[in-house]
Amino acid sequence: MKIQNISDISLLATTFNILAFGAAILTSEKSLAFTQDTIKTVSITSIVDHPALAAVQEGIKQELKAAGYEVGKNLKIQAQTAQGNTGTAAQIARKFVGDKTDVIVAISTPSAQAAAVATKNIPIIFSAVADPVAAGLVKSMLAGSGTNISGVADTVAVEKQLEVIKRGAPNAKRIGVIYNPGEANSASFVKTLKAAATPLGYTIITSPAPRSVDVSSSARNLVGKVDLFFASTDSILFTALAALIKVADEAKIPVFAGDTLMVKQGAAFGLGLNYLDIGRQTGRMVVRVLNGEAIGVIAPQISANLDLHVNLTAAKRQGLSLSDSFVKSAKVVEKD
Amino acid sequence: MNLLSALGALEIGLIFALVGLGVLISFRVLNFPDMTADGSFPLGGAIAAVLLVKEVNPFLATAIAAVISGFAGFVTAWLNVRMKVMQLLAGILVMIALYSINLRVMGGPNVPLINAQTIFTLTQLQGVSLYWSQPIVLSVVLLVITLLVNRFFYSEIGLSMRATGVNPRMAKAQGISTDKLTLLGMTIANALIGLAGALFAQTQGGADISMGIGTIVAGLAAVIIGETLINTRTFWVTTISCVLGAVLYRFFIALALSFDSIGLQAQDLNLVTAVLVATALFLPSLKKKFAARSRANARKKDEK
Repeated sequence: MKIQNISDISLLATTFNILAFGAAILTSEKSLAFTQDTIKTVSITSIVDHPALAAVQEGIKQELKAAGYEVGKNLKIQAQTAQGNTGTAAQIARKFVGDKTDVIVAISTPSAQAAAVATKNIPIIFSAVADPVAAGLVKSMLAGSGTNISGVADTVAVEKQLEVIKRGAPNAKRIGVIYNPGEANSASFVKTLKAAATPLGYTIITSPAPRSVDVSSSARNLVGKVDLFFASTDSILFTALAALIKVADEAKIPVFAGDTLMVKQGAAFGLGLNYLDIGRQTGRMVVRVLNGEAIGVIAPQISANLDLHVNLTAAKRQGLSLSDSFVKSAKVVEKD
Repeated sequence: MNLLSALGALEIGLIFALVGLGVLISFRVLNFPDMTADGSFPLGGAIAAVLLVKEVNPFLATAIAAVISGFAGFVTAWLNVRMKVMQLLAGILVMIALYSINLRVMGGPNVPLINAQTIFTLTQLQGVSLYWSQPIVLSVVLLVITLLVNRFFYSEIGLSMRATGVNPRMAKAQGISTDKLTLLGMTIANALIGLAGALFAQTQGGADISMGIGTIVAGLAAVIIGETLINTRTFWVTTISCVLGAVLYRFFIALALSFDSIGLQAQDLNLVTAVLVATALFLPSLKKKFAARSRANARKKDEK
């Protein structure tokens, strides 16, 4: 367009003015929309209905509430479980990404991996993943990943558990472990247990139980070979713990549990994670991200709080006499 | 359902269409209820993942995974035709054996592939996101495989295989070696399922020992939904309806996931699947009943 006279210029100027005005309206509307858009969405995906899942979710909700995020007001929480089906886990991850959720919380390794390939932008906070480095989620546990992934690992501090075993059952030297070799968390746990226990003079004897019906025979296999059963957080063992307890009661072999819930169900003593705490820890990380912190600089964390629970009745049945000072140091003491 | 979950449903549907084709060959063509799938699907994923971590060419890794998974089907068929083990039992035996083998192959229950090079990163065009390129690449794979499967089943040996499933006694009388064809057919079926497993591991960030759960059901759902959609006896149409069935099944799941507002959740999916498959099985007989009734009514009218 060639500008020929002054009136054209003024016309042009007016046009510019109108355009500028329009743009101003548009941007102001945008900023208005932005301030109104304060409902944050947190989407939780997990592979199965883990007993600890509800506790983790609850912990997340508590922390979000404490930070001023409340469901129904400025927060939306959606949770989906894949029922063990990895194909569905992938579809859940895609749905969350398509929903443009603000944060994805991924519980368990396969769900976290499915989320990790589904988005490189939306912050992913994993929770209750035993070994995030081996799962390929983060490169190291020490520093922020620089990607969209961080989270809370539920790696159990095996050293601390061995310490408790030493205090509670000082004569036990041969430790029997029943685990499902098909569970990522269990396999990595057995590896770390062996690495930590052998230098301390313990012998670890494992017996596989890929299905819950195998737990009983697997436990009987270990009778006579071990002084103590170490019941880890293996989900197969979790469902069939009663079978192990029965064998242990009959053979008078004490059961140490890597989870506090198991103590109530008949293990003599146990040192385990508090999943509500893990949920809270995860929740605090979610809050940091919702408040605008870049997820790439948040270093992954390991859950630190371990609780000691003691079951005096079970200890008696399994032929273990616990010292008074040991029982006093427990957070929860179960009696009949 | 948003765009991304639709694309995800398409992508996973196309992968499970390969499982559907495998199940179609074993269950329908050979009349062999093959339980190997729950083991050969993760076997394909495991082998592909382990090779990809060792930086083997993704196409080669995928092909090796398919071939070795095919061998699993061969073993199942061999147990049946040579050792006379019941079909169902043979498949179950190989499936549980594969559980241990898969753990050995992977050296643990999970092999991550989050930042590894896969056939999808190799074929990704600049500026096109994986959300789009993965379904496109998979469509091409499906097109080629469906054409190959059809070509095979319209060849002399393929037709003999179909005869083996329909009427083994007649097939034998015609000089067809039914044992050999069962071995070959089961190998092809499980190679397709293993290929699906290899592709699945590459799209979903890694192989996991639990990825085989429900493979047979998903394959059967594809076949049955397909049969309900298009009721035909023509083989090539059956293969296409099977692919459509697999994709549709995943769209149902995506829908169920986005229906959380009405209280339907992912945890209800197993029930939804069972109802869906049962309905699909029930529909043809219902149609027949109605057709028979209307025919009877027409006859009554004629008599009057």
